[in-house]
Amino acid sequence: MSRELGDGHRRFLQTLMAVGVTDEQEARALYQHCCDTHTMQCIPDKLDEFIEAINSRLQPMFMQIRKGMSEENGRQYYALVNMAETDITRMTSDYADNELELFRKTLDLIVSSENGKASSTDILNSTDTMTSKKLKKSETEHLLTRLVQDNWLCERRGEYTLSTRCIIEMEPYIRTMYQEQVKVCHICHNIAFQCQICENPSCGIKIHNPCVARYFKGRVEPRCPACDDFWPHEIPEVRGLRSQSKR
Amino acid sequence: MTQRKRLSNVQSSSQSKRQSNSFMTQEEDEDATFTQPSTSQVQRGLEKLTAAQVDQKTAEVVQYILVKDQKKIPVRRADLVKHVIKDYRTVYPEIIKRAMLTFEQVFGLKLVEIDSKNHMYVLVNNLDASTARPSPVERPSNPKMGLLFVILSVIFMKGGVVRENLMWNTLKKLRVDPGQRHEEFGDVRKVITDEFVRQRYLEYVRVPHTEPVEYEFRWGQRSDMEVSKAQILEFMGQLLEQDPQSWTQQYREAHSTASSSQASSSNHR
Repeated sequence: MSRELGDGHRRFLQTLMAVGVTDEQEARALYQHCCDTHTMQCIPDKLDEFIEAINSRLQPMFMQIRKGMSEENGRQYYALVNMAETDITRMTSDYADNELELFRKTLDLIVSSENGKASSTDILNSTDTMTSKKLKKSETEHLLTRLVQDNWLCERRGEYTLSTRCIIEMEPYIRTMYQEQVKVCHICHNIAFQCQICENPSCGIKIHNPCVARYFKGRVEPRCPACDDFWPHEIPEVRGLRSQSKR
Repeated sequence: MTQRKRLSNVQSSSQSKRQSNSFMTQEEDEDATFTQPSTSQVQRGLEKLTAAQVDQKTAEVVQYILVKDQKKIPVRRADLVKHVIKDYRTVYPEIIKRAMLTFEQVFGLKLVEIDSKNHMYVLVNNLDASTARPSPVERPSNPKMGLLFVILSVIFMKGGVVRENLMWNTLKKLRVDPGQRHEEFGDVRKVITDEFVRQRYLEYVRVPHTEPVEYEFRWGQRSDMEVSKAQILEFMGQLLEQDPQSWTQQYREAHSTASSSQASSSNHR
């Protein structure tokens, strides 16, 4: 059902259009700010309803504010996504065709990897098989920097992962393009890149690192939730708990 | 470059996209062939279409304009008709009316025709910025907007028009040399005389009867709508440690209802 929006909703949407993605804490602060600015009533636990109202009006435009978890820290994020183009065409106004091809190659590398990462060396090497205008080494490096700046990729020690915003936005595309390869988290059922995998060959379920942390927290002997085999991986600490929910 | 690509190929799959781009980049002026349909034509056109078809077309128009707005390039009606409206041209007025309503009601933006001769549109912020406190979520700032703000300030303080030479000399004092590559802005001259002009932030026109040829700068239409003169004066006051009211003429202009109400929604978009 579509609802009437106030200027507070509109300001929230404009900010999200400008930044692309915010974490939950920022979104709450922004919600408060927008309500204060336009003297609207702000009910602290009604952020999702506030966003739902915006979404009801965005839906005819094939846009949506979608929520998703960061594979890094397990926190919730909100991203404004464009559903009219669930594929990479969303990026066409910012990137040239050969740049998009390299991004697709990077996506291939990340999806087919065990750990959801692609090294800069592998990405640079993948330019050899480009069908559109080949990118030089320096151009590729520059492009990777831009993709990180524009919040599509994240980089750490020469390894690239998909950003939270990219996963939220491109999940439908990735699911259709990589049906065979795509991994899904056994706990949260979302698509998984950086995850732990059950080593029992007949099981092999995947769990996001933050989901592992939450699921096995406080268990002395971690066992796979599917096959009950011993879970041999290091259990990460629970990070990014909503510690500062004072506002 | 990239901004020439049309969103209208959103529906095409990524595979076929590469080919379709090539013919999308042609810049033809079709506006001559486009005549605004009459009310009765629109009415008849609407009867032939389902509500869903009209909604779909409106959504495409909204998306197209939003993408263009990211680059601050004005949208030409001719392009809009050619790449998005296509077979729906008989109901164009209805679709643009609905798109305008969507921008206002959903996005807090206003679609404004800045050039009624060539039919160019831009989006301006419709939300009152004067009441806004600093947002907890910082928007990415575009360094070029800082440069623009300085240029607009110079023009405004000099009474609305500035010769090219004076502008370059002023910028040089700020270590922005149009003859040299700037690490943040790249080709400074191109940014100022081409990019800002295409975006309608600035006007850059030849001064008549000058030999050698001279050019001058004025505010572009987008600046008139988006940039608050009061804010510029405030900025100058802080910079020169002077009371904004001491520039009587500028102060009067900045606070006259015509200019301030138009640009109440400031430059932070």
